[in-house]
Amino acid sequence: MLAYLLRRLLYAIPILIGVNLITFALFFIVNTPDDMARMQLGVKRVTAEAIEKWKAERGYDKPLFVNAKAPGVDVVTDTIFFSKSARMFVGDFGRAEDGRDITKEITSRMGPSLAIALPTFILGLFVTVSFALLLAFFRATYLDFWGVVLCVAMMSISGLFYIIGGQYLISKLWRLVPISGYTAGLDAWKFLILPVLIGVISGIGSSARWYRTIFLEEIGKDYVRTARAKGLSEITVLFRHVLRNAMIPILTGVVVVIPLLFMGSLLTESFFGIPGLGSYTIDAINAQDFAVVRAMVFIGSVLYIVGLILTDISYTFVDPRIRFE
Amino acid sequence: MNEEQNPILAVRDLRMGFANGVRHAQRVLAAVDGVSFDVHAGETLALLGESGCGKSATALSLLRLLPAAGRVLGGEVRFEGSDLLQLPEADMRAVRGGGMAMIFQEPATSLNPVLTVGRQIDEVLEKHLRLTGAAAQARALELLKAVGIADAERRLSEYPFQLSGGMKQRVMIAVALAGNPRLLIADEPTTALDVTIQAQILDLLRRLQAERGMGMLLITHDLGVVAQMAHRVGVMYAGEIVEEAPREAFFTEPRHPYTQKLFAALPDLSRRGGKLETIAGQVPPLSAMPAGCRFAARCPHAWERCREESPAWTDLQDGHRVRCHWVEEQQRGESRHSGESRNPEAHPWIPAFAGVTVAVERLLEVDNLRVHFPIRRGFFQRVVGHVKAVDGVSLELARGRTLALVGESGCGKTTVGKAILQLIKPTEGSAVLDGLELTGLSRRALRPLRRRMQMIFQDPFASLNPRLSVGDIIAEGMSALGVVGRAKELETAIGALLEQVGLPADAAHRYPHEFSGGQRQRIAIARALAVQPELIVCDEPTSALDVSVQAQILNLLKSLQEQLGLAYLFITHNFAVVEYLAHEVAVMYLGRIVERGTVDEVLHSPRHPYTRALLSAVPSPRLDGSPEIIRLPGETPSPAKPPKGCHFHPRCPQAFDVCRVNYPEPRQASPTQVVRCHLVAP
Amino acid sequence: MTLLPILLWSDLLIWLLVLAGAVLGVLSWRNPPLRAAWRRVGRSRPGMASATVLAAFVLVGLLDSLHYRPRLENGDLGQPAAYAIEVLSALDAIAEPLRSRNEKTYSAPLATRAYAKESIEVRGADGRVQTTREFPRLKFGGLHLGEEEGTRDGDVLTRVLTAETFALGILAVVSLGAACFVARRGRVTVGRAWRNLWRGETEFAWNAVLVTLGVLLLTLLPVLFLCVDYHVFGTDKVGQDVFYQILKSVRTALVIGLVTTLVTLPLAIGLGILAGYFRGWVDDVIQYLYTTLSSIPGVLLIAAAVLMMQVVIDTHPQWFATAAERADLRLLALCFILGLTSWTGLCRLLRGETLKLRELEYIQAAQAFGVADFRILLRHIMPNLMHIIIIALVMDFSGLVLAEAVLSYVGIGVDPSMISFGTMINNARMELAREPMVWWSLASAFTFMFALVLAANLLADAVRDAFDPRMAGSS
Repeated sequence: MLAYLLRRLLYAIPILIGVNLITFALFFIVNTPDDMARMQLGVKRVTAEAIEKWKAERGYDKPLFVNAKAPGVDVVTDTIFFSKSARMFVGDFGRAEDGRDITKEITSRMGPSLAIALPTFILGLFVTVSFALLLAFFRATYLDFWGVVLCVAMMSISGLFYIIGGQYLISKLWRLVPISGYTAGLDAWKFLILPVLIGVISGIGSSARWYRTIFLEEIGKDYVRTARAKGLSEITVLFRHVLRNAMIPILTGVVVVIPLLFMGSLLTESFFGIPGLGSYTIDAINAQDFAVVRAMVFIGSVLYIVGLILTDISYTFVDPRIRFE
Repeated sequence: MNEEQNPILAVRDLRMGFANGVRHAQRVLAAVDGVSFDVHAGETLALLGESGCGKSATALSLLRLLPAAGRVLGGEVRFEGSDLLQLPEADMRAVRGGGMAMIFQEPATSLNPVLTVGRQIDEVLEKHLRLTGAAAQARALELLKAVGIADAERRLSEYPFQLSGGMKQRVMIAVALAGNPRLLIADEPTTALDVTIQAQILDLLRRLQAERGMGMLLITHDLGVVAQMAHRVGVMYAGEIVEEAPREAFFTEPRHPYTQKLFAALPDLSRRGGKLETIAGQVPPLSAMPAGCRFAARCPHAWERCREESPAWTDLQDGHRVRCHWVEEQQRGESRHSGESRNPEAHPWIPAFAGVTVAVERLLEVDNLRVHFPIRRGFFQRVVGHVKAVDGVSLELARGRTLALVGESGCGKTTVGKAILQLIKPTEGSAVLDGLELTGLSRRALRPLRRRMQMIFQDPFASLNPRLSVGDIIAEGMSALGVVGRAKELETAIGALLEQVGLPADAAHRYPHEFSGGQRQRIAIARALAVQPELIVCDEPTSALDVSVQAQILNLLKSLQEQLGLAYLFITHNFAVVEYLAHEVAVMYLGRIVERGTVDEVLHSPRHPYTRALLSAVPSPRLDGSPEIIRLPGETPSPAKPPKGCHFHPRCPQAFDVCRVNYPEPRQASPTQVVRCHLVAP
Repeated sequence: MTLLPILLWSDLLIWLLVLAGAVLGVLSWRNPPLRAAWRRVGRSRPGMASATVLAAFVLVGLLDSLHYRPRLENGDLGQPAAYAIEVLSALDAIAEPLRSRNEKTYSAPLATRAYAKESIEVRGADGRVQTTREFPRLKFGGLHLGEEEGTRDGDVLTRVLTAETFALGILAVVSLGAACFVARRGRVTVGRAWRNLWRGETEFAWNAVLVTLGVLLLTLLPVLFLCVDYHVFGTDKVGQDVFYQILKSVRTALVIGLVTTLVTLPLAIGLGILAGYFRGWVDDVIQYLYTTLSSIPGVLLIAAAVLMMQVVIDTHPQWFATAAERADLRLLALCFILGLTSWTGLCRLLRGETLKLRELEYIQAAQAFGVADFRILLRHIMPNLMHIIIIALVMDFSGLVLAEAVLSYVGIGVDPSMISFGTMINNARMELAREPMVWWSLASAFTFMFALVLAANLLADAVRDAFDPRMAGSS
């Protein structure tokens, strides 16, 4: 098992290199730094000097891969690839357009992102799994039928409308909590309730329906019939037998997103004015701040791969077949 | 037996069905229609029937464990006085596992994969005996020991995937016994197991039943199992019980035409050379049950009345009763209809062909064939060992002859077949077809040879592409190998092939799902015949089929061999089939052939202890059963790490020192019989 | 020639898709198992009801995919014809009044006056010019009423009632036609067919289709009758008719939802099957490829790619003749990017299924005949993956429509000049916070988008139930 985990860990390295190459290609080969400079400085009436200056300020004036003029190891290190892409492996993301250090910015913005994403995740998982269990318990009844109809209707509504509608109803009409904003510390709760609530509700439709399908698939298996033939009650069968087995496919989809919670949610954060990584990304996109987007892509991939490894580890807890092999 | 006592289970006129169609246009099709029987304490009632006859549905109805579409439509299930069908669900739970317990066909899927063995037993103890903690632990241990699990303490904390198939079924039995049930329902308990393991499990069930005085309802399709286990037998056909008899009467004097046909369809050495009896036609579908006797359409004795009026029970003697107009009239002495009996499937008895000698022309020669699959482990996925699926197999097969390759699951017999056809690349060794070496050939070079050797697969449902029409399926080989050129010729050829395997020519335009299992196997045979092969590897072609259908396919294979001079490499685990069809037999154990010879030699004077045990473990569908039964301990070891010395020595009752050290060389026991065993003098 | 037909790239792809749909239809009609599955879809009432709704959307989308440039009136016949720089569609031509009658700013649905007060100079009775602040009369909304604005309610009611009468009439004719059709096919009397049809005893879910059609006619015909002279759903900030925007959004949604699959499918099917069938190093490479791609969070990869695409577009203005062309190519590029980032899931699924299929005995039977690998893939593997592909296709559609809205909101969606549900929501998102509140843009966008996505989801469910072999037979 340890060898298995180690192997998965090692497999992450070529994948990260792949991600790094993809982002490098996207940001520096699809468009040359000259193009970007022209774009940033306004396409018309831009002088060659301005472009050179822009590039020099950001360190984009070096060659892409090989700097033939540089001495020693600098042949490789004094290049755009090394300074902009390879340096990301050690957590150096450079500076944003406004001159701030991206690494520092990211660490300070993780807190607020997590403050929303974590409660949403935990509460959401609890609510959807319970709802799905309820539907599975009452399978093939009207409750189940209308529950599924509700799920399909809920997943047909765009996430934007959940936010806009929630803000309008709860904050504007009923004036229960502030529409948006954020403070540090414990006082943040009143700013967090609404986005968390909306996050949970908007996720119910698709997840609950998916979990219900998983539960029903498990319920159709032979061992469930054995459990019933033992005289166990339907509740015991559902919780002790079905839920334990259904956790395996559910974990595949769930654990992998846990590290990504750090990244926050683009929509929620920008609508509610939360100074997290999600809104940071959106701002960067709108300002066409390529350095920040590049950094976020890389961090996102790292977190996703961490998620994959966590998934593998979590399997060993729920699935004895993996634990013992 | 126990006739003065009340039965513990009395089923009266039980009817159940399956809902079909969508919410509004829903119909319930009756799958079990008016079934009645009793089970007494200490008695085993076997419900015998072919697939789809409603025997498992009956068993599940008793416990009210039907799948979602199943509905009990009426009747009474009286268990220890109370009618289970009227019981509230909460009381029913006390019956399930407490009064009445059940074991299922598939031990591999019937245990919860993520709970330990101990936990799955404790559950029952807690529910029905209110035992928890150390008391439960002790009881669970006792139970595991009672079902013959060695090293029970360790097994308690293990998970099902760590157990072998036979052990899983033992655990299932322990789970079922945990609630001290008075009635045990066993639904095909050994169908998924190998014969040697089947023998162990049947022994165990018989012993436990005797010890505990339990009633047992055994659901099976296997006449051999019935002969070993049952006190009384009920034969089911199309949702009804058509004959009920005590064991002796059942085997000496079966009366219902269906039961008689079942016996006649069993392949056996006594029928070699002749044709097996088959039952014409098919079981009527649930949606179109005939009004009269349900067997009428396939019955050789049927007349008007059978088609119009459903027969009532006719009592014969000592609890032997039959639902049949023909028997009823015979009983009344009016045998006027017996003369009318038509029997289109009856064949004149052809003298046994043991005396016939065929000019031997060697077609296939396999020498020292090995197929090893690497096992990769650890960090770098290094090859740490090999699964020696086939480990030095040599055999010969002559034109027009059948060589049966017999062995239990996992012995590598299928791999041998596929390796000969080069569907799996052999690791070593040679396979020569009519003087031409097959191994190591490129795909292109192999192509002309593919015409000469073909394969028929085990599962007729997986061996035909559901998206292609039957015509396209048969044409595939012909066009791939360029047998027939023009479209017109192709169509004629397909029609002729279909007729050759006993299907109408217009079947070419239909799709596989419209055909039954037996018909699909005929299509698969036609596909193989299409390229006019000389050698056909038959991989358990009848193991997924019912006895009556199996007989049809065996007859077909046999007559094709006679007409076309085909050679069969017949891979099977069923000795009865071997007796009927084969000329020579090779027995495999853990990747090697341990004994080979003519059918008479191997089946009647087996020399290898494994062959002997295997033969004696096959439950015979006769009253006398097997005279001396050799029970093999344990199970087949993994081919990844076979035991040192003779692979069979840990299970061999006669093993001695040399066996633990050296693998025996082949020894000639007769000019045609070769045995790899130290017991046989070289 | 009074117009110059224009074939935008997305038009080409849309009509190609229509063609592909037709070919697929013919192919699956020829193949009994597929035909049986489609029959099951046809029997499903929710499925057919949603298919009817989708058909209405598709009709609008197709009308909006016939583009042209109108000829400019330059009087002189001798000169070569000059065509407007503006690219219009058949839909624009039909909805000309909706397109051109722009108000100044917000107006409520069916309003005759604007939503915001303006300073208006009124010459009073005494002849002096007074400046009053009041709601100005709209330029077009309710123009035909003239001074008698009070008669508006009556006018609206008459139009609605007329429309409903027409709707019921059309519905009656269509139902009768359906009954006749059923009667001819089933060789029963028309009366009998009529009864069967409404009781749901026909093979095809006619009753669901007719009821949905009825609901559509009863709701949409009044809208059509009213929209000639009113802004049925009001106008937005710049005075554009909201109903017109809704109609234009439909095509964008369909292009995103359908054209994307043109990129996804070949990649997912090709690579998935290759990996599953050949295993070994081919499998390793393909697995590495999709693991790497799928490890970049989707939105971020899309964001990065779209940003780069913007740079390309902005630095090469000379590539595009018209604004419509630029917006169109940007839309296609978005589809392309969405497709490139979303093929991994289906690919993984198909790889797994192929791994299972290749072990099946009919594949081995084909191998035993020496059938070439390519032929095995084509004849044995592909057809047995069709159900997964069809299910994935319809399931992805609704997800992509929803994604467009979010991406456009984030600023990495379609061109801001292109009307889509996303841009509509993006423009209108602050309107609920406005005093007095403007709700109609959002409400209309919400309603129509919900109808589209819900119909797509329900159809996807029906298709999945019909095609998934595990589902077949159950329920």
